[in-house]
Parts: sequence; C-alpha cells; structure tokens
Amino acid sequence: MKTIEQKGMYREFPRCGKPHARTTHYCPGCGHGIVNKLVAEACAELGLQDRTIFVDPVGCGVFTYYYWDAAHISAAHGRASAAATGVARARPGAVTIAYQGDGDLGAIGFNNAFQAASRGERFGCIFINNSLYGMTGGQMAPTTLEGETTTTTPYGRDPALTGHPLHVCEVFNQLQAPFYIARVSVADTKRIMQAKAAIRKVFELQRDGKGYAMLEILAPCPTNFRMDAQKAARFCIDEMEREFPLGVFRDRSAQAGGEESAAAPAQGSALAVRPVPRFNSCAELFSASAGAQAADGAPERGAGMARLSKELRFKFAGYGGQGILSLGLCVAEAARLENLHTLWFPSYGPEQRGGSASCSVVVSPQRIGAPSVEHPDVLVCMNQPSYERFAADVKPGGLVIVDETVPVAKEPPEGVRLRRVPAIAMAEEFGVPKAANTMMLAALKVCKATGLADASLEEALCASFKKKPQLIEKNREIFHRAAKALENRNA
Amino acid sequence: MTQFVKGNEAVVMGALYAGCELYFGYPITPASEIAHGAAKWFPMLGRTFVQAECETASINMMFGAAGAGKLCMTATSGPGFSLMQEGLSYLAGAELPAVVVDVMRAGPGLGNVYPEQGDYTPAVKGGGHGNYQVFTLAPASAQEMCDFTMLAFAMAAKWRTPAIVLVDGLQGQMMETVELPENETPAPDFSSWAAEGVAATRGNLVKSIYLDAAQQEEFNIHLQEKYARMQEDARAETYLCEDAELVLCGYGISSRIARTVAEELRAQGIAAGVFRPVTLNPFPRAQLADAVRGRKVLAIELDAGQFADDIRLNLAKAGLGAQAADVAMVHRMGGEVVAVEDAVAAAKAHLAK
Repeated sequence: MKTIEQKGMYREFPRCGKPHARTTHYCPGCGHGIVNKLVAEACAELGLQDRTIFVDPVGCGVFTYYYWDAAHISAAHGRASAAATGVARARPGAVTIAYQGDGDLGAIGFNNAFQAASRGERFGCIFINNSLYGMTGGQMAPTTLEGETTTTTPYGRDPALTGHPLHVCEVFNQLQAPFYIARVSVADTKRIMQAKAAIRKVFELQRDGKGYAMLEILAPCPTNFRMDAQKAARFCIDEMEREFPLGVFRDRSAQAGGEESAAAPAQGSALAVRPVPRFNSCAELFSASAGAQAADGAPERGAGMARLSKELRFKFAGYGGQGILSLGLCVAEAARLENLHTLWFPSYGPEQRGGSASCSVVVSPQRIGAPSVEHPDVLVCMNQPSYERFAADVKPGGLVIVDETVPVAKEPPEGVRLRRVPAIAMAEEFGVPKAANTMMLAALKVCKATGLADASLEEALCASFKKKPQLIEKNREIFHRAAKALENRNA
Repeated sequence: MTQFVKGNEAVVMGALYAGCELYFGYPITPASEIAHGAAKWFPMLGRTFVQAECETASINMMFGAAGAGKLCMTATSGPGFSLMQEGLSYLAGAELPAVVVDVMRAGPGLGNVYPEQGDYTPAVKGGGHGNYQVFTLAPASAQEMCDFTMLAFAMAAKWRTPAIVLVDGLQGQMMETVELPENETPAPDFSSWAAEGVAATRGNLVKSIYLDAAQQEEFNIHLQEKYARMQEDARAETYLCEDAELVLCGYGISSRIARTVAEELRAQGIAAGVFRPVTLNPFPRAQLADAVRGRKVLAIELDAGQFADDIRLNLAKAGLGAQAADVAMVHRMGGEVVAVEDAVAAAKAHLAK
C-alpha cells in the first residue's frame, strides 16, 4: 500500500504506539484531526519546521507531538501560554505556537493566556473550542452553551447556576497588544479553507517577528456531544456559531514587529526582542555600582590604634526618617573599610510602616555566627519607644546613647552606661535638621563606642553621600563640629 | 571586587555570573529584592526580566524557557513556593534545569514576613506530586547566597533537575560583604534535548508524560538512579567536631546560631561542635554520621521539627538508630529566632539527661 505523505507530519507515528503506524489517537469526526493537518501543512508550506517550537497542552491536543514534525514542549494543564511566554522570551528567533483547548485556556489557564496576550508575547495561540472538556470526559467548560448537556451539567447548562459562555476572542479584543484575533471553524469544507488561511497567518506573524496572535477554532467533539460526525459538525454551525460568531476581530499584520530595543513599544506593536545591553560583562556592570573598596592590606589601616579585638553588636532605633538605617550602615561600612567582618540588617516588613525603624549591626574580627542582636553592646536610641523597647536588653558593660529629647523614665540595667546627646538639637542648630544621625555618629566617635578608627567613620560617612556629593563636605564639617562640641561637654 | 549587599541582591549577582539568561518572578516579601535586583541588572546585560502574573505563571514560564535550553530562575517565599510545586514536579518530570530561590517566611497560610524554616519538607523532599527530588542548597551568608546560587545552576545543569536555594527572610534582608566571582560561567550546551527552534533540535521533545505504565515506571527508575548518583555532590561543613561531646545540627541561619552557641559552650568548658548540611538534598548522610557518631545531638531550627526529623531519619538510615532516638531539638517558630542563651541552656539540659 502506498503511504500518502502528509506535509509537516511525521511519515509514521511511532510516538503514538498504535499498531497501525499511521493511526492517530483522535476519535472519528474530531475537529482536532482536521486542525492538526492544517497546522502541519502551514508549518511545512512556510518552511518553518526547523524554527518552530510547539507548546502542547493537556487535553486531547496533548499528543500533537505524535504528529507534527517540529520541536515540542509539553506543558502543564492550563499553562501552555505561560510556557510559550518562556519559550518566546528564551528563543526570540523561533516560531512559537501554543496549542490549547477550552478547558485548558478558558478555565484553569485563562489568566496566563490573557496576561500573555496583554503583554503582547511573541507567540501564536491556536485555541480549540469544542464547548467542553474532551479528554477528561465531556464536562462543562467555560465555553459550554446555555442548555448544553455535559457530564457536569446533566440537566443542561443553567446560566442561573453556572453563568454564561465565555467569549475568549471578544475579551481578548479589549487588549492593546495583540496583532491578530480571529475565530474560525472546521465544521465544513468552506470553513476549513478559511481556517487554513487563518492558521497560515498565525505562522506568518511569528515568522516575521510581529507579535501575539489568538486564533479560536470551533471544533466538533462527536464523542462527547454523543452525536455522529455529521450531526456534531451541524451542532458547531447551528448552535456554537450562534453563541460564538466567526470573524476576524483584529488584524494588524501590516504593522511592524518588535525591534532589538529597550524603548517601550508603541501601542499595538510587538515586544522588544530583548533589551539592549549596556555592559559587556558582570564585572563591568558591578564595578560600575561598587562602593568603596577596602584598601589592599587594610588590616594595617588603623595603624596606631588597637585593632578591634572582640565582636561588637549594635542596635540603632528611632523614628523612620531620622536616618537610623543609614547610621547603622555607616558603622558597618567603616568596619568594612577596615576589612573586619560585618553585617547589617533592618527591621523589615509591616514594621517599617509603623513609624519606628531599627537596624542591627555586628562587627567582628572573626567570622560572625548568630546575626541577631538580642543583647547589644551599644544601643543608639532616637525616640522614646525604642528606648523603652531595647534599653533593658543591653549587655552589662554596654553603652546606651539616647537623644536628649527622649525621657529616661527608667535607668538602663546596672553596669550599662547611659549617654544623653543633643543630636536633634545640634542638627537644628547647625541648620541641617535631617543630620541628627550624623550627630549620633559623632557621639559614637567621641564615646569610642565602635572600636573603629575615627578616619574610617569619617570616610564611611562621606561614602554614604556617594549619590549626593554636594552634601559630603557639609556633613564632614558638622561631624567635626559635633564631635568637638561633645568633647567640650565631656571636658 | 567586593560589594556590601543584601543576601537577596547577592542571589542576583550569583545568577548573572552563573549565566542565567532569564528571570521570571512575582513579588513577595521577604524575597522581593531579588526581583528588584533582577529588574535592575538583567536588562543591563541584555538579559530578560519578566514580571509574571502569578507564581504559577513564573514556574511555567521557566518550564518553557528551560525547555528551550536556557538557564532561568525565579525567587519567591512560602505562599508563592506552594503555588510552584506543580511546576517543580513538571520540571523534574521533564528533567529540566532551573533554579528557584525560596526566601522562607513564617507560615502556615499568610503567616508573616519574618524568618522561619518551615518550608523544609517541600523544599527538600519535593513538595509536588510524584516520585521526584530536587537539588537543595542552604546558604548561610550573603557570600554563600551568591556562591550557592551559582552552584545551584551548575548542579541543575549537571543533573538536569530543578535546584532550590533555601534561605530565610533574615538572610535575604541582611547585608554582608560579598566577594564577587572571578569569572562568568559559559553557557551550557543543551542542544541534545532542548527545543531551541533550530534545525539541529527539530526532533527534540520535552515532556513529562508517559501514557504507558511500563514506560512511566522505567522513567521513574531512571530518576531514582539519578537521585542516588547525586549523592556524590552532597556537602557539609563541620566546626569544632573533633573532640565534641555534643554536636549542634542546623542549616542556613540556624547553623550560624549553632556556631555562636558552640563557642559559648566551649567558653563554659563544654566541648561542643557544629554539623551543618550545605546540601539538604542530597543530604550529606555519611558526613553526618562521621560528625556525630557517639555524641549527643541537638538540632537547632526555626520550624516545628521538620529538620530534626530528617536528622533522625538519616541517622537511622546510617545505622545509628539509637542516636536517632536521642536527638533533641531547640526551636522557635512564627518569625522568632532561637536565642543563643536558650540554645546553650537546651544543650546543657540535653547533656545532663
């Protein structure tokens, strides 16, 4: 017997595993069989088999990889459009085609398909609407007609209980990005020829790198309609088309596709293929954003001062906006400049929205174990709630520095020194009310609370204004003024 | 070159050095800085960042990109990680390399955004359906969040498996010094199995379906043999174990607490050490047995005991059943972190038993 070659399909279907090498798994009269032939033909006739990646669904269409001679990725139920997004982004030169059913796309995967269309992903979606779940056993789909009997609407679909049929093309037609949206049918020869042209267009749009295409195809399912093939086709034409009229909803195929550009695509144009790189390597990118680097041989840096010999734990707390987090960062940065081990972490999450802010810093000559600062050596408080919350936890021998505006109702634990500093008042006096944290840094320096060299603290302070260089000298100046003022107070 | 960055940012740096080309993600505290960093840095190198509509989309976009032969990743936290379990099963079933970073928060349900280690079981045993495993790494510093993200890509590619980088919210938010890698990893060649949209890969098929039961079983056996071979890449770190009478076991943030606790115990005259699994799957069972044989074991963790149970299971499987029965635990949940003094007290109590 002579084997008839089918364009775009494998010569035989060994992946199917049926005894006859050319038997498909589809039921007689099924619309998938016709669509499978049309898709294979379009792919082959346009010479796209090498470039095409099919993303297969879960449903009766899951086995298109038995037939279509091209690369395939078999996605999870409902997720073909999400997977096709990944494929299209990974391989912008490929022709990516997602093949989905109405349970797969209309129900579980609707948002993935809808959002992919809304983003204008560069793939074509061929969407088979046969008004129910085929492979799973004829259950109601979002596309099931009113009154239609399925295994989960045994008395007919009642809109009062189950809502109305979902019109995918009409919904997608509200979106800006798609290039092409159409509904066709494969219920008779005339319609099949129209469907063939539309499928070809979906491939062409992808071949030319245009953009998203949605092609809905009304297809008969004789097995689950409980009809013979002819009656099932009639049902498509007489009943389904009344609910789902055929037609081209949108065709922007004449418009240009996406360019290799990071510029935002204009309305109705395709996504950029991928962003234009501004750096050639990771090293180039990250050296552009790198902060101050510890000098070579930094351990010798603080020559003349005793290098920090033991771990120190700090807690900084106050109101959001007082510069608490950057104060902690300055201390961590100063430690880094001395090649010490250091870590910094903020209070985060909803806590950061409640008004209070705190951060923890650990500085150590050795690798740091537990990061939490349950018992700080040094606590800096710029508001009353923080003092009340943290002062009792300070380690014996530790130090609490509080702003003078903070009422100290209860002394810190025995053996803990308390220093009250007019940080907020001094910052105002110096005409830089936002710099109370710089005043506190000066206090840390004067109290010799950090174990770090004065020069390191100053350099870290300057580095913290890397993005606002005009503020560096001012802060350096008030840092010195504050330190002098505090030393005079001490003396 | 060093950088002082959050652990979450270090993840992105490691991913870029590892050659990750695509990031798909959905924001969630306390993992969001990973998405922020990816959005900032991937395009600068001409790589792709996509903000997905949900975590289900993220993981399935990864299925597509990985199936197309590119290295890709996502990052999330508990609720998002739960949504990704089906996708992880598919990735494992199709033997696709991909990296998921789970920055754990407290649960169950919405819980809160503070650090917990309650995702241990799904992240280590495979939380989706079917007989699959993942390669799970547990960094304990910003440096390791960079390095182990790179390693996760290498292991994912080597074993054709999804890999998980499992950390907690505190580590994600914490800034530490990171020494950036010297070199970028060259792109691996997946053309023997991936669908790349070129002539050479036209015959390739990426799938997890085997309609035939015998074939499905054969594939499952193949997977199990692969997972057994993964044991060669099991890693652990020990600290002061040589003369220890008590070994503290913890991973990630808990291993750092364990380190401080061991030092504190030694300062009080008690010989304590630390065993820290670096890979949680494959679990370094032989290393665990060597480190704790004949010693008291105390697990430190931020969950209800999922990790301690795994220590017991691995000890039992290593033939140390009696010790398995004697494993004690000190733990916190809900976003609270084990205090050093509480762990010291628990260690002393365990030794006194």
